[in-house]
Amino acid sequence: MLLNLVRKELKVKYTGSVLGAIWSLLNPVVFLAVFSFVAAVLGGAAKDYPVFLLAGLLPWNLFSASLSQGAVTVIMNANLVKKVYFPREILPLATIGVALVDFVLQSAVFLVFIVLRAALFPGFALVVDTFWLYPIAFVALLLFTVAVTFWISSMNVRYRDLTHLIALALLVWFWLTPIVYAIGTVHANLEGSRYHWFWRVYLLNPMTWVVSGFQTALYHASDASEKLIPLSSGELAICLAVVAAVSALLLYGTWRVFFGLSGDFAEEL
Amino acid sequence: MTPAIEIVDVSKRFRLYREKPTSLKQRLLSGRIRAEDFWALRDVSFAIEQGQTFALIGHNGSGKTTLLKVIAGILRPTTGLVRERGRIAGLLELGAGFHTELTGRENVYLNASFLGLSRRETDAVYDDIVAFAELDDFMDTAVKFYSSGMLVRLGFACAVHVDPDVILIDEVLAVGDESFQARCLDRVRTFQREGRTIVLVTHALDMARQLCDRAVMLDHGLVHAIGSPDEVVREMRMTILKHDLEFAREEGTREVEILGGAILRGLDPLDGPVAPGDSIAIQVDLKANEPVDDPVVSFALHDGANNFVFGGDTAQQGATLGRLDGKRRLRFVLGPVPFTGGQYWVTIGVHSRENDRVYHVQDQRYSFEVRQLEGGRGQTYMPVEVEVEEL
Repeated sequence: MLLNLVRKELKVKYTGSVLGAIWSLLNPVVFLAVFSFVAAVLGGAAKDYPVFLLAGLLPWNLFSASLSQGAVTVIMNANLVKKVYFPREILPLATIGVALVDFVLQSAVFLVFIVLRAALFPGFALVVDTFWLYPIAFVALLLFTVAVTFWISSMNVRYRDLTHLIALALLVWFWLTPIVYAIGTVHANLEGSRYHWFWRVYLLNPMTWVVSGFQTALYHASDASEKLIPLSSGELAICLAVVAAVSALLLYGTWRVFFGLSGDFAEEL
Repeated sequence: MTPAIEIVDVSKRFRLYREKPTSLKQRLLSGRIRAEDFWALRDVSFAIEQGQTFALIGHNGSGKTTLLKVIAGILRPTTGLVRERGRIAGLLELGAGFHTELTGRENVYLNASFLGLSRRETDAVYDDIVAFAELDDFMDTAVKFYSSGMLVRLGFACAVHVDPDVILIDEVLAVGDESFQARCLDRVRTFQREGRTIVLVTHALDMARQLCDRAVMLDHGLVHAIGSPDEVVREMRMTILKHDLEFAREEGTREVEILGGAILRGLDPLDGPVAPGDSIAIQVDLKANEPVDDPVVSFALHDGANNFVFGGDTAQQGATLGRLDGKRRLRFVLGPVPFTGGQYWVTIGVHSRENDRVYHVQDQRYSFEVRQLEGGRGQTYMPVEVEVEEL
């Protein structure tokens, strides 16, 4: 049923478009092309900026798409919820499934790009020693995404403001996560300044760890100033494991909230 | 036999908000939300046995559909619980569960998966579904281009082909052309033979009586009557009678007024149901407020489903009232009653001969009940004699 619903959402998403799912693939391709061009021709800040950016952006997209779509999924499917019985948890799971399909497709393009580039141009090396962080970061990302999406999708049925709140929160959250900038810079800037306490707050963001994990797994830091996170990869892995464990606990809680509220969905809509 | 569905003390409360606070701000600021409780169901308890065809009847707003939704698992009862066994397929509304952007084929698969069928199982019944719905040419068209009849056909076809143990049907059979309705009824009868359980919400009381083994009547969320369909339908008709008397429509210019009408058996007013074959009369008392030349008095009979079954008037019978001044009593003496089992509603009216001026009409103000023949099932009564002879 879950697969059917994911298929349905994808079909609906691309109904009437000629290229269909190719749009999903085109997105990272254009990204890579533009940033490679900017880096090579216009002289960007970091020479490998496209890889750095996409390493963090793709997981972020999975997270934000799941949240923003998950918030409205029950409302969008009111027609189903009010008239057909089925396990309600399918709805947020299908949303995450759709985002996951995008993530997998785009990551495939991205990884092919990295491998091809390393093979064709001698200047670019593959990150091999820390790539094992990738699956760990992925598990942490998925658990955290599912946990938050469950909460959002059940709460938004009763409190419709969440839709708007989420859009704003995601914007702030995006900039508080080291996606377009390196976390090393944040550390360097905050350390010793009046705002050094903020560093600890900053690290409370699970997405910081997740994104750092993906970046460490894929991006080859060329010099110390671009150092990603002041931790060894082993320590980072432990932190990711903690994020995953906390997310699993959170998921248990939000799952129960969802089940508590889902019985009333048909009524609230 | 174990019940297929057991409804135990089910109550359902809806909160009616004057303006529904769906935002955080409103929730926080208003503190206590002003809400009125509305009990759509109150302490409803009954069991539906396996293999039974069960009718839920009642007025609009009596809680029928709410109860069906509770049984289907769409609404959670406020108190009480519903125990059910087996796969339940619901047909609650036109095109429920269809996504308008998807094609008929995709919707069949989606719908079947909601009802718990795997892809392979759906493959197996897909052709039957399409054949039953008679939509071969439209399966690759988006459902948004379907007519309402097509939607119902597809929905019904899906629901009956997923091998349900219990099927819930809410008033959707009324849509669709006659041949499709006939096939739906056919399918329902097949289900009955196969020993499946059917729960039917309907306003068509005669259908309930013919199709069902048992019925329950809800009134304002309470179980008003439960038992054999004949009894429950009679109870329902009695409450309709009481209800409708207050709202019976009257109109006219009142140059001539109907003082009153009555249904007689012989010369006495009716006291209870008549038997098929009895003779009855409709008596009309008139009073002319102004002298009127040659008015025509007419009557009409409607059955419980509001079908016009018979009517006549004085002009057609070749009777003339002449100049009407003051009061006059008139009787239509009718032959043997050709109906069995049901409530019949009598409309009487008085109008000018050219029918260009309606003096007074009382719309379905009076009624009489015809007893069900012992063991008889049809709607029409004919006297029958049995002749046996040696060959």
